[in-house]
Amino acid sequence: MPETLEIGYGGSERLTMNMGPQHPSAHGVFRAILTLEGETVVGVDAVIGYLHRCHEKLGETLTYVQYPSIASKTDYVAAMTAELAYVSAVELVGKIEVPRRAQWLRVLAAELQRVASHCLWLGTWCMDMGGALGGGATVFLYAIREREDVLDLFEALTGARLLYGFHQPGGTRYDLPAGWTEQCRKTLDHVEQRIGEYEAMLEDNPFFLVRTQGVGVISRELAQEIGVSGPLLRGSGIDHDLRKAAPYSSYEHFQFRVPVETAGDCFARYRVRMVEFRESIRIARQVLDGLPEGPISSRPGVKSVGQVRVPKGEGYARVEGARGEVGCYLVADGGPKPYRLKWRGASFSNLSVLPHILPGVKVADVVAIMGSVDPVFGEVDR
Amino acid sequence: MTPLAHDALVGFIVLNVVIGMVTYVTLLERKFAARMQSRIGPYYVGPHGLLQPIADAIKLFIKEDVVPTRADRWVYNLAPIVFLLPCVLIFATLPFAPGLGVADLNIGVLFFLAVSSLEIVGLFMGGWGSNNKYALLSAMRAVNQIISYDLPFVFAAFVPVVLAGSLQMSVIVTAQQGAWLGIVPKWFVFYPVIGQLAFVAFLVATLAAENRVPFDILEAESELVAGFRVEYSGMKFALIQLGEYAHMIGTSFLAALLFLGGWLGPGSDHVLVGALWFLLKAMFIFLVVTWVRWSFVRIRVDQILAISWKLLMPASIVLLLAAAFWVAARGGHGV
Repeated sequence: MPETLEIGYGGSERLTMNMGPQHPSAHGVFRAILTLEGETVVGVDAVIGYLHRCHEKLGETLTYVQYPSIASKTDYVAAMTAELAYVSAVELVGKIEVPRRAQWLRVLAAELQRVASHCLWLGTWCMDMGGALGGGATVFLYAIREREDVLDLFEALTGARLLYGFHQPGGTRYDLPAGWTEQCRKTLDHVEQRIGEYEAMLEDNPFFLVRTQGVGVISRELAQEIGVSGPLLRGSGIDHDLRKAAPYSSYEHFQFRVPVETAGDCFARYRVRMVEFRESIRIARQVLDGLPEGPISSRPGVKSVGQVRVPKGEGYARVEGARGEVGCYLVADGGPKPYRLKWRGASFSNLSVLPHILPGVKVADVVAIMGSVDPVFGEVDR
Repeated sequence: MTPLAHDALVGFIVLNVVIGMVTYVTLLERKFAARMQSRIGPYYVGPHGLLQPIADAIKLFIKEDVVPTRADRWVYNLAPIVFLLPCVLIFATLPFAPGLGVADLNIGVLFFLAVSSLEIVGLFMGGWGSNNKYALLSAMRAVNQIISYDLPFVFAAFVPVVLAGSLQMSVIVTAQQGAWLGIVPKWFVFYPVIGQLAFVAFLVATLAAENRVPFDILEAESELVAGFRVEYSGMKFALIQLGEYAHMIGTSFLAALLFLGGWLGPGSDHVLVGALWFLLKAMFIFLVVTWVRWSFVRIRVDQILAISWKLLMPASIVLLLAAAFWVAARGGHGV
């Protein structure tokens, strides 16, 4: 592990400042104990765990049918991802078949979720830099408007707006309702057009560029050593996306591009996510165009919550979430509940890069960098 | 009526008009921002939210006044008043129409600029007295920023002064009478090249002097929560807010006076029409500032200082010199 960089300033006084756990830009409950030398950060002590809910232990007490709805509470901004990771692990260990239509529906849900999650990231990140009483709030409200459109789609699909319970071992719980496809196409067109507007609004703005370019650089080596994933990894020049590297849920059938930037700064991560918006929309359109007919689950009609039993065994399933690799390690003992469950949260690994890149930056950059990492604390603390 | 009583009466009226304006300018800004963000804004108190500022004022009156135990009580309690005072004093020399104002001093512009930079004292007192690290950092930033931006602010403001040949505000306005080619008014903003550049420099410096986004690093709620006023509540908070908006309106009026011809406009021979024109121009400046505020992200403290010392400062000095040479070349007449 690289040593935490400590900058030596001769003689002058230092100030210790608590940022969080209750702070406007803590993105939940994150506490960073900053040591400041004037405006410059010289040391960071990151404290997590304020949102710990014993998620993994909870997973051992709930059956395979019950837990997917709870799994969505790990990363509540992109709930579909965690559900998908859990049911993938169950299907891997239990060797449960998933019908083609269900696989495609899962891809659709995952990509829409990525769009919704990136919308929230764009808004909150700009708010970190531009203030709740400034241009940042404007971008935030715009982005939230688009996220609401996507959540409307999820509401029509599952009846819920935040935590869905869409996936279940063996397939999906719901099929597309009538008229949903048209609504989805319309929303995708909207979002795609407005993404272009936001890009114009931000990238033509020199103040936005000076705040993001060259700020919070994660080098290629550091990214690999820490084990960051998702847009952070691709922003640092490493072409790694599980949808390409280890395709799951028939991702190999879809045409899309994995964006890679080499600069490793906040702007590179921004660019990666902006391209991902477009690529997700592209994949979602492909799903809508060629959705195969057939059953949506290989285990239709769940009669009791203990119905699904998984034979003895263990396995690790991983999916590419909006924030990176979300993995689920499952040990089954033949009963209706897992013996042991372990989550690999993308936010947790990504967040651990902060102590390596924060020393040396100004206080204002701390929030900009943290926003560009896009942590969700439900996933960090679990 | 004795002259003293007359002055006191006029001062009282102007003060109350300013405070009334401040409360409603907040509503204007909120409505404007709401339109920009595809929202509606305040709506439920009174028709179209027109009574919202009054509701806000009542709410702030009945809030508990909290003083942190570790605060420096004297400094902490005095700071809002020290902050508010220069912010309303700047209206003393503003003539709202010919003969309508508290005092049309022959050093009007100088008085305005000198007094408006005094707000930093109250601001630093608040930041220091709160005994809070966020507030302290914010106060240090404020001193940095306001000292850096007062110089370009003054230099840019002196371009019209040099062109008009007077520091007296009413003289500066009358110097902008008439029109080029019969259509373009001879406002200093339309003065070839120098006028436009000085106007832009003045507006940028205004943004910084008013601590508005993108230069609002001392409020910076995403890192410093609320900056120097993080510990203030109730009426003390209201006083600080009042001072900030009064300062903002004051500088908008100054910009309208220096560059947009003050009260000049069709029918401005009548005092009230002139005052209305002046108000409209000042509100235009205010809305431009608001527009910038709600579209930009905040920049960092080192970048703010770099903009001031490396760009704005040399540019405004060059502009001032150019204006001076121009006036000298024309034998002492700017217009």
